[in-house]
Amino acid sequence: MNWQIEAIRRDFPILSHRINKERLAYLDNAATMQQPRPVTATVDRYYRYDHANVHRGVYTLSERATEAYEGVREKVRHFIHAHSADEIVFTRSTTESLNMVARGFGDQVVNAGDEIVISVAEHHSNLVPWQQLAERRGAKLKYIELNPDGSLDLENAAQQITAKTKIVAVAHVGNVIGVLNPMSALEALTHAVGAYLIVDGAQAISHLKVDVQALNADFYAFSGHKMGAPTGIGVLYGKAALLEQMAPVQYGGEMISQVTRTATTYKRAPLKFEAGTPNISGAIGLGAAVDYLDALGMNAIQTYEAQLMGPMLARIVAIDGVTVYGPQTAADRLGVVSFNIDGVHPHDVATGLDMLGVEVRAGHHCAQPLMQDLNVTATARASLAFYNNQADVDQLIDGIKQVKEFFLHES
Amino acid sequence: MSLDQMNELYREVVLDHAQHPHHKGHLGQESLHFTMENPTCGDVIDVATVVKDGQIDQLAFTGAGCTISQASASMMTVALLHRPVAEARRLIVSFSKMITGATINDQDQRALGDASLLASVAEFPARIKCATLAWHALDELLQREGSQEHE
Repeated sequence: MNWQIEAIRRDFPILSHRINKERLAYLDNAATMQQPRPVTATVDRYYRYDHANVHRGVYTLSERATEAYEGVREKVRHFIHAHSADEIVFTRSTTESLNMVARGFGDQVVNAGDEIVISVAEHHSNLVPWQQLAERRGAKLKYIELNPDGSLDLENAAQQITAKTKIVAVAHVGNVIGVLNPMSALEALTHAVGAYLIVDGAQAISHLKVDVQALNADFYAFSGHKMGAPTGIGVLYGKAALLEQMAPVQYGGEMISQVTRTATTYKRAPLKFEAGTPNISGAIGLGAAVDYLDALGMNAIQTYEAQLMGPMLARIVAIDGVTVYGPQTAADRLGVVSFNIDGVHPHDVATGLDMLGVEVRAGHHCAQPLMQDLNVTATARASLAFYNNQADVDQLIDGIKQVKEFFLHES
Repeated sequence: MSLDQMNELYREVVLDHAQHPHHKGHLGQESLHFTMENPTCGDVIDVATVVKDGQIDQLAFTGAGCTISQASASMMTVALLHRPVAEARRLIVSFSKMITGATINDQDQRALGDASLLASVAEFPARIKCATLAWHALDELLQREGSQEHE
């Protein structure tokens, strides 16, 4: 394939900077992705030439800002193949999107005795809001268990999802073991019992072509900063009818239709969910990130990353005394590899790798129930983006070996 | 930078404390204990103590964690066992200052013993929480002990 990796890397100036006097191998993309020049430039241009508040001024600048802001809704609609731009709500992050659904929609459809089903591998942001909802409504939160290889156990899913289930909330791709969940099977199980399917797309959005209509997701949440946009901008997609039904969770300016001393009517979705001045520059940056990813092509990105992931995973698995969590092969694995060097704490591993210019995450990855299942308190995690190259992978593998040697042989 | 730099942080004494910790275990029922968690990694350390006549009579810890948190807990028990509560609390403050890069007086540095070797943690800011975990737990216990005595 014709993947211009060097040209792509030049779009990310941070990648050529040195860290601790070493070449930087940035492998914490699951936490946040670096930003390409066109995104930075677009936000810069917006502030220099087009900045004004949206949806209120009648003057030229405000119209320009509004047009740009609303234009991004259309870009995002196209990017995730939503039916209408009105199904795109701008939020702060995946976390805010999921909390918004749990409050504004969950409180309406979940009653005492009902069930909410999630998987045990969920990020805390797709777990705690449902735990809280269950507590508020007297409902029961149930967990889909994993197969021994870390993939989602579909037979167990079929048992957990019952006539009492009102909401099924799962990650499209897991943030710890990077497994692509069997979405079409989950969709069938969910809708067969009349429940709603809510998908956490945070770890999927920059790794594969997301099609919310093909997924038949009722809601789909993701963050801009995990796809090259600025921090502080996220998206909640919801089917039009469900967004109409969903109640706002924040009230104030911009979201109202009419206010009297005693009552208020709201605008229609999506504006009724965007109280106050929104993150205009963030949305405009998100639009530039969508353009950037579109130009590369999500299918091409997935193909390139798979070429990196296969050998990277195999080489980590092959290191003696290293445990890899989740499937040991790269099929249905996207973006991330969590591992431990036996006998060395992941914080010590991450400090060692950092000294070698390799930036990985160490910790519980906001997925403590999964950590308990894996019987660890923490892991190290390396995660890829489309701008990583073979040299990054080589540096990681060499780094793991050096760190292992340092802790297990020098002492 | 290479892994040589890590020798500053992971000196032999530090590795030795982590692999063969002092005073690791439980104390009797008369002890007070306090559990602290490092929220970034989920590591948990439980510190237990018995204070008698204004002095730390017994001191121990349990829990699993990284090299730095385990070594630091071990070093703390060695440095502070049998010290008067007020002095122990002063040394906890000194340790916290040292670990964030401030210089402390020679007397405190000597009193901290092996723990003073953790001064190099200051160059690894992400690891400061690992190093202070046990010390904060003990400080919490001594604070409570103090307030009980005043009641």
